[in-house]
This record gives sequence, C-alpha cells and structure tokens, in this order.
Amino acid sequence: MTTPAPVETLDLSTLLPGFVTTDTRPGYSGWVVDKNHLVEFASKLRDEFGYDLLTSVTGVDYLPDDKMEVVYHAFKTTGGPVLNYKVQVPRQDPIEVPSLVSVYPGVELQEREIWDLFGIIFTGHPDLRRILMWEGFEGHPLRKDWKEAYFEEESKPFKSRWPDGKIVQAENNNKFSDNIAYPAGFDPEKWIPEGEDALYGSLAKYEYTSQDGIKNDHIVVNLGPQHPSTHGVFRVSAVLDGEIIANLKPVMGYLHRNHEKIGERNTFLQNMPYTDRLDYLSSLSNNFGYALTVEKLMNIEVPERAEYIRVIMAELTRITNHCMALGALFNDLGTFFTPLIYLLEERELILDIFEAVTGSRMMCNYFRFGGVARDFPEGILEKIKGLVFERLPKKIDEIDRFMSDNEIIRSRGIGQGILTAEDAIRFSATGPLLRASGVPYDVRRADPYSIYDRFDFDIVVRQNGDIYDRYMVRLEEMRQSVRIIQQAIKGLPVGEFQTGKPQYQVRVPAGESYGRVESPKGELAFYVISTGKPSPWRYHVRAPSFINLTPYGHMCVGQKIADIVAILGSIDIVLGEVDR
Amino acid sequence: MDVKDINTPGYEIPEEIEGQVAITTLDKIYNWGRSASVWPLMFALACCGIEYICAQASRFDLSRFGMEVTRPSPRQSDLMLVSGTVTKKMMPTIVRLYNQMPEPKYVIAMGSCASGGGPFKEGYNVVSGIDRYIPVDVYIPGCPPTPQALINGLIKLQEKISKQSIKTVRWYQKGEDQASIPVPILGPDLIDPRKIPLIKNHEA
Repeated sequence: MTTPAPVETLDLSTLLPGFVTTDTRPGYSGWVVDKNHLVEFASKLRDEFGYDLLTSVTGVDYLPDDKMEVVYHAFKTTGGPVLNYKVQVPRQDPIEVPSLVSVYPGVELQEREIWDLFGIIFTGHPDLRRILMWEGFEGHPLRKDWKEAYFEEESKPFKSRWPDGKIVQAENNNKFSDNIAYPAGFDPEKWIPEGEDALYGSLAKYEYTSQDGIKNDHIVVNLGPQHPSTHGVFRVSAVLDGEIIANLKPVMGYLHRNHEKIGERNTFLQNMPYTDRLDYLSSLSNNFGYALTVEKLMNIEVPERAEYIRVIMAELTRITNHCMALGALFNDLGTFFTPLIYLLEERELILDIFEAVTGSRMMCNYFRFGGVARDFPEGILEKIKGLVFERLPKKIDEIDRFMSDNEIIRSRGIGQGILTAEDAIRFSATGPLLRASGVPYDVRRADPYSIYDRFDFDIVVRQNGDIYDRYMVRLEEMRQSVRIIQQAIKGLPVGEFQTGKPQYQVRVPAGESYGRVESPKGELAFYVISTGKPSPWRYHVRAPSFINLTPYGHMCVGQKIADIVAILGSIDIVLGEVDR
Repeated sequence: MDVKDINTPGYEIPEEIEGQVAITTLDKIYNWGRSASVWPLMFALACCGIEYICAQASRFDLSRFGMEVTRPSPRQSDLMLVSGTVTKKMMPTIVRLYNQMPEPKYVIAMGSCASGGGPFKEGYNVVSGIDRYIPVDVYIPGCPPTPQALINGLIKLQEKISKQSIKTVRWYQKGEDQASIPVPILGPDLIDPRKIPLIKNHEA
C-alpha cells in the first residue's frame, strides 16, 4: 500500500471493437468482454500483449442484477500490475461461458471449481466435473440464493450469538438436529449414490495385445484420502501401465471447509482469523494478503513500523513453511523423519517467537487493516536477532551439507518430475514451483507490495524444473528470507504499529480489489468485492497450492508410481488451502 | 463386583519373598501394557495434524508416554486421533477406517472442529463434530490444541484405559463382535443410514 498501482494505460477497447468495454462500475477496473469473443480476446492478450500468466479465475454471483460474472486476472511473467477482465452472463440456467483451457491450461481446476460452486458451465472444458463437493450434491453452494442447513442470517453477528443470555444453537433450528438438508420429497431409500464413475471415466484408459498375444489392461490405483504421504486428506487416482503412470488425476475436496461461503457472511475483520486456517503452516502470509487486499479498498496507509514488523513476521513464516515443506519432501523421498525432526527444531524456535508476539503458535491472527494487532513485546528483538544472525544461517548450511549431496535425494530428485518453463507458465504455476523451472517470477519483485522494494535480496531461480531444483530453491529462499529479516531488523523504526484506533467494524467502500503476496507456496491472492456493507459480497482466495496442482498430472505421466508422492512433496501443498 | 474391587489383589506377600514376587490383577497388568503402548492411526485431517506432528517431534517427544508408533493402516492401530475439521465428503472414509480398526479401539476428538464443528460449523460441507457418527473417548479443546494440550488429552486416555476391566469391556462381551457403524452415504447431502426413518418422516 505504499505506492498505488500504476494505472493500466492499454486501450483494449480497440482490440475487438464493440466487444470489449471498460468496466465503469464505481470502484471497479478492467474490461468487460463479450462471452463469444472471450477465447479470441484471451489469445490476443497472451500473444500480442505478453499477458502469459493467467493466475486467477473466479465467479461472482450478482443476484440483484440477475447476472453472473467470471473474473480473470492476468499478469506478465516479466512483471507489472494486474489486468483483469470479466465476462458477464445472464443468471438463467444453463449458464454457459467458453472455457479458456485451450489458451491457458492452468484454468482447468479453477473452472471446475466455478462449475461446482456457481453452476457455470464452461463449454469446451475437457473434464468438467465437480471438484470440491461430490457428484450428486444438491445445488451450487456459492450462489447467493443457496442456503446451507444451518443458515441463520445473511450477515454476522447472528442474533443467536448476541450475548443476551439466550444463545440458540444452530442444531436446534434444524429439523434433523444436524447440519443436513435435503430437497423436498427426497427418499433416501431410493437414492443411488453417483459413486466414482465420473472420475474413473475421465481417466484415459487403454487396452492392447502385445506381440506375444498377452492381453494388457489398465490398472487404476487410488492413493488417499487417508494415506501417510499425501500431506493430509488428498487423493490421487492414477492409471498405471506396469509401474509407469499413464494418467493421473488429483481428487480433492476432503477438507473443503467453505471458507468462501462463511467469509461472505463474516464481517471484514472476522475473516482475518479464518485466513490463518487456509494455509495453516504459514498463517501470517495469509494475514498479509488479506490485509493488503482490504487496505487497497479502504485506501489506508500502514505506519512504517508496522510495515517492518509485517515483513519480519512474513519472512519468518516463509522459513517455518520451508522447514516443514523440505522435511516432508525428505520423508517422501525416503529419508524417513530424521531430517524433518532437525528442521522442526528450528520451526519450534520460530513458533516461540510467534507465540510471544501474536499469542498463538500457529493461528496467529496478527495483522489488522492499517497495521498489526500489537507491538513487538519487550526482548523479542534479541531473540529474533539471535536466530537470524547466529543460529539459522548455520542450520540452513547444515541441512545443505547433509542433504544436498545425499545419494537418495539426488537420484530420486534429479531429472524427476520435470516441468519446463513454458509448461509452468501455461499451467499458472507460481512460487518455488515456477522458479525452479527457470522463470524468475516473484511477486515481491515483479509487483512489489508493502516495503519489499527497499530490501536487497535475490530471486532464487534454478533451471531444470525437477524435484531436486525445487528443493534447492526452497533451501536458498530460506537464506534470502534470513537476509531480508536481517535488513528489516536493522531498519526497524520506532513509532505507531496501527493507523488510527483499533476498530472491530471497518468501513470498506464499495468496489473490487485483488491483492496478492508471495506466500511461501506461491502467489496468494484475495479477490474481495465490497458493496459498502459490513460483509464482503464476494471473498475469493486464489490459493497457490490448489492451482499448483494443475500441472501435477502432467508432471507425473511417464514417471514411476513411487514418484507420485515425491512429486507431490516437491509441489508443497497444504490441504487447508487446496480445498479451502 | 465393580471395577474398583477387581483391581485390588487382596493378597499379602510374605516378607521373605517380597523382593522377588509381585502380585497384581490381570486387569492392572493388561491395562498397564495397553495404556503404555497405544498405537495411533497415522491420520491427520487439518491444522491440528501439524500440532500432532510437533508433539511427536523432538521437543515434545510423545514417545515418553508410549504413544509414538503411528501406523498407516487402521488394522494395526488402537487409537484414531481425529485431528481436524471433519467434512461430509470425508465422513464415509472415516467411518470405514473406524470400522476397520480392531478392538480395543479408542477415538480422540482433537480440536474444536472435530469436537463440534469449530469455527467452520456453519459450513455446508462440515460435520458438527465427529461424535455424531463415531463414539469419542476424549475431547481436546483448542484451535489448534497446543502439543501440551494434546499430551494432556492422551494422558487422560491412558487414565481411562487403566480404569477399564476385562470383565466389562465391550470387546469381551458375548454377542456381536464389535460395534460396527453403518457407513454414511453421499447423497444430495450426507445421509446417515441410522437416520433414514427420520429423514423419510420429515420429507414425506
């Protein structure tokens, strides 16, 4: 929020005369594209204007205007501000929008999510199935006229939670005393579950007879949702040709906690603790992204001291996240638990700092709009200094010394799970996954936010795009984070840590805002629409680990089955963020 | 005879063999062995799972209490530690895992989500507490509970185990082998087979 984003000077209305118009709603920016010319428009943007990275696609339900909107956010991998464009369609089923998978394959999973949650059909999408809910689920939950079983009121605080001594529990208002609702006239005994046919049908199958007359058939292997190597409740469905992966689909939604639906009932500030629980390994980065997004809408400045505190905390978070990510990757590669425990030792020391500063080890809930919740407590700076000047550099070198030349890490990492730079961009990968493929794209440098333009640090890039390079990128990023914290501590000014007085109910002017940060996993962005009311009209999370899963199948095909977990570990996903 | 009497041996040891012989009850030795070697299922749902990993790691060192051997297979585990938000989509899997665990088996609901839905309770895909489907032995509050709280909960479970008696535990009773739970069905919403008459009643 230090410098306003430069105004996009491109005039795209001449690109396809009559079909592209400026979004003139107050507080909005970008372009509205005619739906029949969307694919043409997107290809031109990519090929002629260099907007090669389409990071986010999401839907918005404008129920009062009786229309649905699909919002696209595109960037250049050479850096620069956002370009957003929208497609508006009338809100009558079937709602159809052309799919952009042919131009940007990275939208595949996101378009499936929009189909699942908004019921917008993407024509031309190769595999349009539900993704977070199951096949057969009734309705599209993020539509504004869809109400959940525990629905109480349109916005919080609910009257039942008002402390007047008569708290009503949600169960008591539901006729089944549970969080369930069925369509009218539903007969559970006649219900036939849809099962997994749609998933298995989408996997490419083969059947052939080899030269000696032996009939070969495909075999489908499912990993998860309960599997020790899938980093949570993630599922992989793979078709195997012997030991080689012929096709693979990620299956998710087992931790779909409805962040977006709940977030649209919460007040703006109430969403802050929920962001902690998105990527629960790096809660402060999530706070950062959400705070930036809403601050953009509110147009407020953050005091210097708060900016420095934010950067210190966010970079410490990056180190804790990479500790966990590398430890888990080593686990997946076969060096079971010992390196993880070494790394967790460092993580614990940083968590102690989080606990002292924010009050919680993991769910920090520390950022506020216009600053942070409280100042650094006494003595904490000495602790951080001791860590970043003395201990951490040595420990990172120690891991480097022990692991980087390790036979297992090298033979299972080098040349495995390759993602080329072109593919990484096409599939909208961000973060270490993209940088390991040779694209020096880091939001901290490409579109600087907060005070990152003041620090001297390197964007870590490796060229091969394999598992080993992703490990090396993360290791080196820990060193760069230490560098940034060292500079931030030296520059930490005295002063206010919060603009104005703290308030529970912030006034957010109407408009849209897309705020992004470089979270440890990639580009984390929030797309928030305010109508001037206490709750956001739309609250969307552009989750890096969800979108980084788009190239997962592509990376796995042709690898051995044992590499499924290794490649997954090198993407570094957190299920809280994948499923939201 | 109640459990307390079963656990008192009631034999005096003659003074000359006091150093060599100890008399105890079967219950005591059986429970001591079981409570100090609880094998949890390697099963992490969400944020609480990370604190569980921390409790296992070097700083908090869960193995001091004899609970560090996590098993990836439910067939080998005694304890299901439900660590995180239980979603409707995950519910059939959890019940299946629970049914696959051999007796004696215990369940800990770790964190507010598993105990009652937590901050996500109102969500359309969230189950309001794992105890709506499977029996829970110990609830651990917190979001997420700290490793200390988790260890405290596990010690509570050990206390519970040491109060049980072979005579009364359900897995040595005559009749059905185990309390198997019907697997929920993914319908237009989650369907609990035990509630089908209720659903029919309301929707007819």
